[in-house]
Amino acid sequence: MENQNPSFYEELKGRGVSRRDFLKFCTTMAAFLGLEASGVGQIVKAFETKPRLPVIWFHFQECTCCSESFIRASHPIVADIVLNKISLDYQETLMAASGTAAEDAYKAVMAKYPGEYIVMVEGSIPTENEAYCCIGGRSALQILEEAVKNCKAVVAWGNCASAGCVQAASPNPTGAKPVHKVISGKPVINVQGCPPIADVMAGVVVHLLTFDRIPQLDGLGRPQAFYSRRVHDTCYRRANFDAGLFVESFDDEGAKRGYCLYKMGCKGPVTYNSCGIIKWNDGVSYPIQSGHPCIGCSEEGFWDNGPFYQHLPGVAGFGIETTADKIGVGLGIATAVGIAGHAIVTNIRKRKEIINEPEEGSKVETTKEL
Amino acid sequence: MRNRSVPLREVHVWEMPVRVYHWVNALCVTTLCITGYIIGDPPALMKGSEAYFNYWFGTVRFIHFVSAFLFFFNFIFRTYWGFTGNEFSRWYNFIPLKRCQWKEMLDVIKVDVLQVTNKKIDSIGHNSLASFIYFITFLIFLLQCLTGFGMYAAMSNAFLPKLFAWIVPFLGGDMNVRQIHHILMWGFILFAFVHIYLVFYHDYIERRGVTSSMIGGWKFIEEDVIERHDQKTDECPKD
Repeated sequence: MENQNPSFYEELKGRGVSRRDFLKFCTTMAAFLGLEASGVGQIVKAFETKPRLPVIWFHFQECTCCSESFIRASHPIVADIVLNKISLDYQETLMAASGTAAEDAYKAVMAKYPGEYIVMVEGSIPTENEAYCCIGGRSALQILEEAVKNCKAVVAWGNCASAGCVQAASPNPTGAKPVHKVISGKPVINVQGCPPIADVMAGVVVHLLTFDRIPQLDGLGRPQAFYSRRVHDTCYRRANFDAGLFVESFDDEGAKRGYCLYKMGCKGPVTYNSCGIIKWNDGVSYPIQSGHPCIGCSEEGFWDNGPFYQHLPGVAGFGIETTADKIGVGLGIATAVGIAGHAIVTNIRKRKEIINEPEEGSKVETTKEL
Repeated sequence: MRNRSVPLREVHVWEMPVRVYHWVNALCVTTLCITGYIIGDPPALMKGSEAYFNYWFGTVRFIHFVSAFLFFFNFIFRTYWGFTGNEFSRWYNFIPLKRCQWKEMLDVIKVDVLQVTNKKIDSIGHNSLASFIYFITFLIFLLQCLTGFGMYAAMSNAFLPKLFAWIVPFLGGDMNVRQIHHILMWGFILFAFVHIYLVFYHDYIERRGVTSSMIGGWKFIEEDVIERHDQKTDECPKD
C-alpha cells in the first residue's frame, strides 16, 4: 500500500521526523530565502503536497566538496531530503548501485520524468579532450548533453560547475568549462562557492520545489537571495575597514584585535556570497571570523586573481608578484626619465628658437650669444 | 633688456565653460587618484584603537565617491560642449577623421617629440596629436566611470549607479572590474606628468601663452599663423 510518489513530508514522517522539526526546517528555509512570513506556509504546503523532485546529480571534474558541504547543512532535514530522497535517483558518491545498475538508475529517471527532473552538476566539463573525464565509457560532455535535453533546469553546484574553478585556472590543461558554457536552452542556476554554503544549496532546492520556478538570478547566474551582497558589505569586521584599522601581518596586534583583513589580501570587497550572514557549519564561523582573509571562492577566476594574501592581484605576463602598482611606478619612472631627456634635448636642439631668432625688422640685443 | 616685436594677435581660444571644465576636472582627477591610491593601498595610520572612535577610511572613500560623481557630470558637460562650443572645443578636433589631422600628427611628432625639424606647428587650439591623446583620455574617462560606478552599484540603490551594474557580469566579476579600474588610474597619473611637462614645453618654445590661456582663455598667435588658419579651415574638409 505504499504511495508510489510520496511527498517530502510523507517521506520525512516515515523516517521519524516530528512535525515540530519539520516546521522548524520550513521556517529556517523561509528566512534564508528572504521570504515574508506567509512564505513559511507556502514551503510547508509544497512539502506536504508536491511529490519529491526527481534529481540526477552528476560528478565531473571536481573534488566532491560540494557534496561534503551539503551534508553539513545546519538543519539535518535538508541533507536528509536531498541525499536520502532527492538524490536517490542518481548520485555517484552516495548511491549504493554501481556499474550497469547505476547507469540504469539515471536513465530510468530521464525516461520516467521527461521535462520534470532537475540535473545537478558538480564539477567542470573538459573540452580540450573529452577523454579527461569519462564515466561508464562516455565523456562528461556526452552524458551532460543527453541528460540536459529533457530536464527542467540545471543546478550548477560550486565554482567548478559555475565558472570552472581550479581546473579552468590558467593554463587550463583540460579546457575545463562550466556548465553554462557547454549547454544551451535550459536555465542554469550557478550556486557559487568552493564549496557553496550548505544552507544556500538547501535554499535553492527548497525554492525550486516550493515555487516551481528558477530563483531570481544576478548577472552571473547566481541566486540573488544569497549572492546579491558582498562579503565585505556584510562583514562583522566592516567597522574596522571604515575606521582604517587593518591587520598588517597575521601575528600583529591588529590580528589579535580582529581588525579588517583587507591588506592581508581579503577578497571580501570583490566577492558576492552569504558567508557574513548565514556563515558555515550551522552558523559557527566563516573564514574572516576565523582570522583568515576571504579568497573569493564564489567569483569567476578567483585562482587567477591571486595571490590570496595580496590585496591587488598579480598582472598576467609580469610574474605572480607584480601588481599594477609596481608596473605603474615603473612606468612613472620611465616617463620621468623620458621627460627629463626630452627637456635636455629641447634645450640643445631648440636653442635657436628659445634664444629667439631675430625676425626681420626686429632687433634682438643678445645676437652675440648666437 | 631683451625684447622683440612680432606681429601677434590675441585669440580667445578657451571659452569660460571649457576652462571651468578643465580645472574642475584637474581637481577631480587629482582627488580621485590620491584617494583611489589610498583605497587600493591604505597606509597603517591607526594602531591599537577601536573602530568606534575612527572613520577616516570611510571618509576617504566618501571623498572618492563624491569626486567621482562630480567628475562624471563634468565629463558629460564637456561632451555636450563639444557640440555647442567654439571651433577649438568641438568634437571633430578630437577624432582624427581627416587626412590633414593625421598629417599634422606626424609633423608634431617630428617637430616636438623627435625634434628633427624646426617647422612651426600652426594649430591655434590643440594640435592634432594632443587632440587625439585627449580623445584617448576621454575613452579612459568613460571606462573609469563604467568600472567605478559598476562597483559602486552593488552598494547603492540610486538610479545612476544602477545603470552601470551590467559591467560587472560583462567583465566576469568584481575582481576584474577592480583591477581594470586600478590600472587605468595609472593612465591618469602618467597622463598628468606628460601633460604638465608639455604645457611647460610649449610655453617655453612657442611663447603663445599656453599656460595662462587655460586661466584667461586668450592665446597670442602670430598673424601669419592666423592667416594660414583662416585659409586652412576652408581647405581641410575637402581633404
